[in-house]
Amino acid sequence: MAEERVQRVPTSPRGNRIPARGLPKQKVKKGTVTRLIKAITKGNLLRLGLVIVCIIITALSSVASSLFLKTLINDYILPLVQTRSGNFRPLLIALCKMAGIYLAGIIAVFLQNRTMAVVAQGVLKKIRNDLFAHMQTLPIKYFDTHTHGDIMSHYTNDADTLRQMISQTVPQTVSSIVTIAAVFVSMIVTSWHLTLFTVLFVAFMFFVTGKVAGKSGKYFMKQQTSIGDVNGYIEEMMQGQKVIKVFSHEPQVKETFDKKNDVLFENTYNANRFANNLGPINNNLGHLQYVLCAILGGVLATRGVGGLNLGAVASFLQLSKSFIMPVNQVSQQLNAVVMALAGAERIFDLMDAAPETDNGYVTLVNAQKLNGQLFETEEHTGMWAWKHPHGDGTVTYTELGGEVRMFNVDFAYVEGKTVLHDITLYAKPGQKVAFVGATGAGKTTITNLINRFYDIADGKVRYDGININKIKKSDLRRSLGIVLQDVNLFTGTVMENIRYGNLDATDEQVIAAAKQANAHSFISRLPEGYNTMLTSGGANLSQGQRQLISIARAAVADPPVMILDEATSSIDTRTEALVQKGMDALMKGRTVFVIAHRLSTVRDADVIMVLDHGRIIERGTHAQLIAEGGTYAKLYQGAFELE
Amino acid sequence: MLKRLAACIHEYKTASIKAPLFVSLEVVMEVIIPYCMGKLLDNGVTPGNMTYILQIGAVLVLLCVFSLTFGVLAGRNAAFASAGFARNLRHDAFHNVQRFSFSNIDRFSVASLVTRLTTDVTNLQNAYQMIIRITVRAPLMLVFSLIMAFRVNHRLSLIFLCVLPLLAFGLGVIIKHAHPIFTRVFKTYDKLNRVVSENLHGIRVVKAFVREEHEKEKFNTVSESIYSDFVSAEKLLAFNAPMMQLSANSVMLLISWFGAHMIFDSGNNAAAGMTTGDLVILITYAMQILMNLMMLSMIFVMLTMSRASAQRIYEVLEENSDLKNPPQPVMDVKDGSVEFENVSFSYAGSEDKLCLKNISFSVRSGETVGILGGTGAGKSTLVQLIARLYDATTGTVRVGGRDVRDYDLDTLRGQVAMVLQKNVLFSGTIKENLRWGNENATDEELEEACRLAQADGFIREFPDGYDTFIEQGGTNVSGGQKQRLCIARSLLKKPKILVLDDSTSAVDTKTDALIRKALRDYIPSTTKFIIAQRVSSVEHADKIIVLDGGEIEAIGTHETLLGHDQIYTEVYNSQMKGGEE
Repeated sequence: MAEERVQRVPTSPRGNRIPARGLPKQKVKKGTVTRLIKAITKGNLLRLGLVIVCIIITALSSVASSLFLKTLINDYILPLVQTRSGNFRPLLIALCKMAGIYLAGIIAVFLQNRTMAVVAQGVLKKIRNDLFAHMQTLPIKYFDTHTHGDIMSHYTNDADTLRQMISQTVPQTVSSIVTIAAVFVSMIVTSWHLTLFTVLFVAFMFFVTGKVAGKSGKYFMKQQTSIGDVNGYIEEMMQGQKVIKVFSHEPQVKETFDKKNDVLFENTYNANRFANNLGPINNNLGHLQYVLCAILGGVLATRGVGGLNLGAVASFLQLSKSFIMPVNQVSQQLNAVVMALAGAERIFDLMDAAPETDNGYVTLVNAQKLNGQLFETEEHTGMWAWKHPHGDGTVTYTELGGEVRMFNVDFAYVEGKTVLHDITLYAKPGQKVAFVGATGAGKTTITNLINRFYDIADGKVRYDGININKIKKSDLRRSLGIVLQDVNLFTGTVMENIRYGNLDATDEQVIAAAKQANAHSFISRLPEGYNTMLTSGGANLSQGQRQLISIARAAVADPPVMILDEATSSIDTRTEALVQKGMDALMKGRTVFVIAHRLSTVRDADVIMVLDHGRIIERGTHAQLIAEGGTYAKLYQGAFELE
Repeated sequence: MLKRLAACIHEYKTASIKAPLFVSLEVVMEVIIPYCMGKLLDNGVTPGNMTYILQIGAVLVLLCVFSLTFGVLAGRNAAFASAGFARNLRHDAFHNVQRFSFSNIDRFSVASLVTRLTTDVTNLQNAYQMIIRITVRAPLMLVFSLIMAFRVNHRLSLIFLCVLPLLAFGLGVIIKHAHPIFTRVFKTYDKLNRVVSENLHGIRVVKAFVREEHEKEKFNTVSESIYSDFVSAEKLLAFNAPMMQLSANSVMLLISWFGAHMIFDSGNNAAAGMTTGDLVILITYAMQILMNLMMLSMIFVMLTMSRASAQRIYEVLEENSDLKNPPQPVMDVKDGSVEFENVSFSYAGSEDKLCLKNISFSVRSGETVGILGGTGAGKSTLVQLIARLYDATTGTVRVGGRDVRDYDLDTLRGQVAMVLQKNVLFSGTIKENLRWGNENATDEELEEACRLAQADGFIREFPDGYDTFIEQGGTNVSGGQKQRLCIARSLLKKPKILVLDDSTSAVDTKTDALIRKALRDYIPSTTKFIIAQRVSSVEHADKIIVLDGGEIEAIGTHETLLGHDQIYTEVYNSQMKGGEE
């Protein structure tokens, strides 16, 4: 057999791979903040409105409570003492009033907390759902080039960074702004000179905070990246646990893990170190402001500038204390904000990954034939048609037949590395077309083009005479049944897994499909038959059994065209013969593409294509090819001429 | 549980102690600074004493520098300690996971282990940082304030003591209800991870069957349950802050009411008892107590949440592997002989769902054994017992004359090379993947192994040759290429026993034959087990085992089986039929 070539070269440059070390761009993108705000506010305006009202009530209640003490003493207790009347009634009333105000504040806090819980979790849910929905539209290539665990990390670790921010930072910030605004007005009234100074100082505080937060943000970003990396590594190693054990490779795996773990530690430490500095820095800058303000105020008052007297300076100092405090609170929240931004940016990056392009407009519809003419119908008729709208507004219908043609197709996964050369083929409805060739000859690639996992230039592939790039991807794929080399089953019952092929299938249909795939007998022997739960992707089944289920899954979909990519490679030949029989009955009148190494699988095909290095080198029926005495014949005889 | 987790603090103990120490010093500064500020206001600004302002101002600046230093040091140590704690947790957990048997892993599921090692550890890390930073501060301030309050007026301060137990009770009730919800939430996180992971692994199936909508629904259901659980947990926690405020405010009102009476009684005379000044101070302390109570309750919330996470990490740390090394393990495998004596096996560990029943056979070192059998006959299960991936439920498996359970696991597996049916390559270059077999293999040895496995040819055709990057799961090489790389990887171990579990199914027959020839010629003394579907792959074996339904149907050579054993003959004929056309 001829030498082989790579089927798919890794995409390069692998820029989007997760950098474990090094210095990837770590500045938060400009748009992230706006997008995050949009994500939070969208659909939550009413709730956020309620929250703001609650916050204002809370703030007012706390202002009232701070004023209350003075009133209590001056207006109630002192008169009581002075008059010695012993009439506590006014005091009781005042206290009751105060109790009412407190109560309002308490209720407001309660409402605010509950509403924010709904808002925060709602936003997270929406982000997760959007993320998943978008992920479903991404091209296969994306999944080939990102580790699964890293993608998973977006849903948990990155989304979690947002939780704290939304539920705490947002209300905290709003309440601080309310307080700041109120105090600011009183400050201006007291002394605009000192206010100006205070504002300048606060600007300075923000500047310093921004610097520190930026540093910490940089590391938070790295932290999220390395968490993704660690997540990816754990996931991959867990999936390959058997191989690790077989090679006793645990020490090496541990070592690599420790390295990644150390990087994560470094980044977490640095991120938190800078973030933890925010508190002390701002607190003490606040104290400094107080001292400087006192000195400045003292100087101004003794010189009589701006009509400032010492009493005013004293009250200004008190005010500035209550001004700086909320400013501090906000800046300490920055910690949560930068972390959330790091998570948000990763999430948005995934959301921005370009989806599969699909400009198809030809759709698959249920059809009915009346007087030789095709009509679209609502109900399932068992007959399908391609609905083809044209530029001039007319619509034509083409009956779904399952004819596939390829014209001079060249294809490269990576530019410059052509893996298919000048492939021309013709599969009539009902024909069985087989691809034979060494591994890496390009067999799977051809089927990848038919179902548009990868796209090529217009017009090269036609399905029932229609350019497949014009067919909507989902409709195209619905018309193709594919059994892949690697079987993927999902957690759920056997029944559910087979039904994956056709969600509307009845239990009877599922069982019929299983019988056709010759899977029925082993399924019946499972502890709970069709209701046996498959866990970890059917790890408790043998590879061959998994393949049988996967064939049943395709059978229940009942598609006009079927692609079997090494679908029976792990099934013993006796069972395969039975499967084959069932499949032949099923596929009568339909087009089948078969890829197999085992020549017994392809012998009865209508046409066999022998592929080598991405080219079709021979084609014909089994008998023709044997007669030709070419590669196929040699291969065929070779199977029985070992030695 | 706490003890085991605390063990992970390990080398970060110093930082964990330093952090609260610096926090305490910071608290001291925080108490002194407002006192000085008050002095500055009363004795400096109000009388207009510029020198005093400057003097106290200088002292204040100095205090600020101290406070800043302590604060930064506290923060740095806290960050160091908590990040280190998390690092050790992940380290210990991952290392323990590597010791797990498959039944251990099945018990947790892959998705759950991933969540536990990342999300749960992060929760614990945050909680730990909070503990060492705030847990010292809040109670310290609380106690300080309470003492001061008692010094001012102990009778009134008793009100605090009445409220505190009530508060503790309320908090307890909230936590008691919130804890189970959080435990549930993290289980749902596992589910979320599982759905995403299965979707990622099966993305080709999803796309081929156009099941994106179905997958979205599946995901949204999980997402919805996370949402509702979290909301109900947080709604419970929402009682927390109002409850704190309610009690603090009640205290304030009560103090005002009783305080007013006491002041009335004393005539606002300090000598006779309570004064208005005392009242002001008491209320200020009440405010401070409120603040710290809030902080404490926030810590409790954090702890509630992390308690669920702690439990989950603890489970991983404490899980003992089902496969244990014997106390005095045998460190050397004598030869490649293999013997099964009455071996039965069940994945569930129960006697009624046996995958293998009463298997007995023996193989001499250097022999080639073919294993044939229908789908689900137990072929893969059988060979996995040789490398002790699982332990036989009953009966004994012997390698080199010793029970496999007597060997040191690494020693045994070092001598039994398995090429698994479900091959896995890891993301990394071809070279890196090959070196799994032998870390210290030279380039020549790598190439030699690849030549034997018939992989050298195609590797050389890659633009990057042996440095070609393999994506996760080996998606960028074809099935046959993957299988040959895996064979080469196993050959590098230079094992005494080589098991090929249907590992040439995607390789064409000619290459298959070449591989077998190479194995025979170059490693003749290695015992070879070959599971295959093709008769041609096993017909020249010294021994062929035909399995059916978990039992040995027949053992023999091609000659003795053909025509005598029904299954073997049928299989042979089904494959030979074509050749006779």
